[in-house]
Amino acid sequence: MNSRKIVLVLGGSSDIGRATARSFAKAGWDVQLAGREAVALEPDAADLHARYDINASTHRFDVLDTASFVDFVAGLPALPDVVVSIVGLLGSQQTAERELEHAATIMRSNYEGPALILGLFAEKFLARGSGSIVGVSSVAGDRGRASNYVYGSAKAGFSAFLSGLRARTSRGGVHVVTVKPGFVRTRMTEGMKLIGPLTVEAPVVGDAIFGAVERRTDVVYVSGKWRLVMLIIKALPEAVFKKLKF
Amino acid sequence: MALICGWGRFPAVDTDLLTPRSFDAVGDAIAATSGGIARGNGRAYGDAGIGVSQTIAMTGFDRVRSFDPATGRVRLEAGVLLSDLIDTFGPRGFLPYVVPGTRFVSVGGAIAADVHGKNHHCEGGFGRYVDSILLRTGTGETIEVSHEANPEVFLATIGGMGLTGVILEATLRLRPVETGWIRERVISASDLHAAMRALDAGDSATYSVAWIDCVARGSDLGRSLIYLGEHARASELSDGTEAFPRGRDPRLTVPIDLPSMTLNRFSVRAFNELYYRMGARRAGGSHLVSIFPYFFPLDGVGAWNRIYGRRGFLQHQCVIPQDGALAVLGDILDRVSRRGDASFLTVLKKLGQGDGLMSFPMPGYTLALDFPVTGSIMNFVDEIDRLVVAAGGRLYLAKDARQSRATFEAGYPALQRFKEIRASLDPTGKIRSKLSQRLFDEVRP
Ligand SMILES: Cc1cc2nc3c(=O)[nH]c(=O)nc-3n(C[C@H](O)[C@H](O)[C@H](O)COP(=O)(O)OP(=O)(O)OC[C@H]3O[C@@H](n4cnc5c(N)ncnc54)[C@H](O)[C@@H]3O)c2cc1C
Repeated sequence: MNSRKIVLVLGGSSDIGRATARSFAKAGWDVQLAGREAVALEPDAADLHARYDINASTHRFDVLDTASFVDFVAGLPALPDVVVSIVGLLGSQQTAERELEHAATIMRSNYEGPALILGLFAEKFLARGSGSIVGVSSVAGDRGRASNYVYGSAKAGFSAFLSGLRARTSRGGVHVVTVKPGFVRTRMTEGMKLIGPLTVEAPVVGDAIFGAVERRTDVVYVSGKWRLVMLIIKALPEAVFKKLKF
Repeated sequence: MALICGWGRFPAVDTDLLTPRSFDAVGDAIAATSGGIARGNGRAYGDAGIGVSQTIAMTGFDRVRSFDPATGRVRLEAGVLLSDLIDTFGPRGFLPYVVPGTRFVSVGGAIAADVHGKNHHCEGGFGRYVDSILLRTGTGETIEVSHEANPEVFLATIGGMGLTGVILEATLRLRPVETGWIRERVISASDLHAAMRALDAGDSATYSVAWIDCVARGSDLGRSLIYLGEHARASELSDGTEAFPRGRDPRLTVPIDLPSMTLNRFSVRAFNELYYRMGARRAGGSHLVSIFPYFFPLDGVGAWNRIYGRRGFLQHQCVIPQDGALAVLGDILDRVSRRGDASFLTVLKKLGQGDGLMSFPMPGYTLALDFPVTGSIMNFVDEIDRLVVAAGGRLYLAKDARQSRATFEAGYPALQRFKEIRASLDPTGKIRSKLSQRLFDEVRP
């Protein structure tokens, strides 16, 4: 019987997902990688095993297929100690303004799906009396911006869900972390203009998530500078904010 | 389009930068290009990692495929950085056999340049420890090459500067080690002759390298500190010492281009004087140093290439065959010290036989110099090139940004064979870099 702790990474093929899996595996955790195509995760599972001599398994998970969630949780070989949701979809704000379907997909990928699956794990963890839940939200959820409020509003919903969940489960031994990475150099942000000093690499996010679980931090802005930036942005009066171009 | 340059920041060239996410996407990129080259972590100084029209970034491919802890054999994707390999497998008792002076290079880049370390004189280059390579060629084929399968292509790929195709994966042998520490011995040499003798005497040491004070003149010409090293055994560590020290991220990063005034003959001279004296004081006994400062002294400062200012700098690295090396190196150093603007950390070391068809190393001494790009520098390095060619030596392609076709052709006699192999792998010339265009692609009307 192995007594290593287990982390489940939802969205395991994303750059942040891979980095997070590595951060846990490096510390000796077993890893369950879940993503839309389980086969595509196999090279990552092999990577984790080869590097850190831990067990890594792959699982099919589609965040839009909420009907499959109960079976997904029941089908895992073991209930993990930690579940991390990195699932999200940036989408296109412009397209979302014209096409309801695209807007709905962004909302469902960033809010409905992640909230429902983490809610399910919360019940399992509460029943067991232990566990950590990590939701990767976004600084974009701190205030709706003209340039990406469809995405931002879904992240805002997700952040609110996580903070409520945290308040409810903390007495039951279950810890909830909200992660707001800011700009991360990943496939999702490829080709976008990122502000250098506010941008981090995926492994930094992975280590921050692992650290937050170990230290039981509630809300993590991966780069401390973002906490300040968002504090200012949140404090701007609406009359001023709506005139700003960004 | 993106403006891309090597570590020396000269030249900077506009090309498409592609970041494929799958091997199929690499194939698509090759199929679509009219002149593309793979790029690792951009640590080549000049134009080797810049495509004629497309540059294919490979650092996204960073997975380890498999590892055998019994033999230290590892299969990995070409974008894995040596720093990652060291951090991951060091604590498990394995290090790469060969590392260059920075750990921030990719496996693909290390194979393509057949990089040499401080142990080349006795253990050869990076390519010697490569068992096989998965290569995507210009015809769109993916082939596994090794000493057994396609041996000619294998040897052309080691040191082939990416020009035989894109390296997707490789199997390497790692070195079993007991610790991440090196037992170092420093020897001071008062002039070039003494330095070369000390390096010769260090032939039996696993690692040896000399730092030369390239502003010292007259009877001090070529005064140096020679660093010899051996892997420390676990029993040599004092109690409580961590067997594998951590490699820290650069503590200091140069945030902006410094004005080129910062480096002048006075500051360089003062630095070198201090460095030599401090080293000479440590000379004699031996002591333990972590592998990180020992192998990668410059990695402690991030983006240090910016201290040369916006115009960038040239690195000039030649190898001079053993016979007559003293006179030629003396002549080069004399000219350099008269100029007075070459920079600190001028390095002299011995090389052995290279392993690949186009590998840089040959038995002899290699000298690496940095020069800030200034108006008169090109003529000056051309002069040095003439001395190198006359001595039967050659220049390192991973550092080169400016040598002439004639210099190159004189130094690499296997070029013709290399071109034939390339032609068979890539008849329509899809794989081309700014370096190959400059030095040996057939000029088409
Ligand atoms: C501070 C410093 C110290 C150094 N010290 C040494 C030293 O001691 N010894 C030494 O030998 N070198 C040394 N170098 C040079 C360095 O090791 C080489 O330039 C190395 O090739 C850089 O690897 P990279 O991954 O950054 O490749 P890049 O610079 O991106 O590319 C270098 C070459 O490799 C090719 N390449 C990269 N990836 C692939 C791939 N996947 N498939 C096919 N081709 C590929 C490119 O086409 C190009 O020709 C040093 C460089 C620096 C900056």
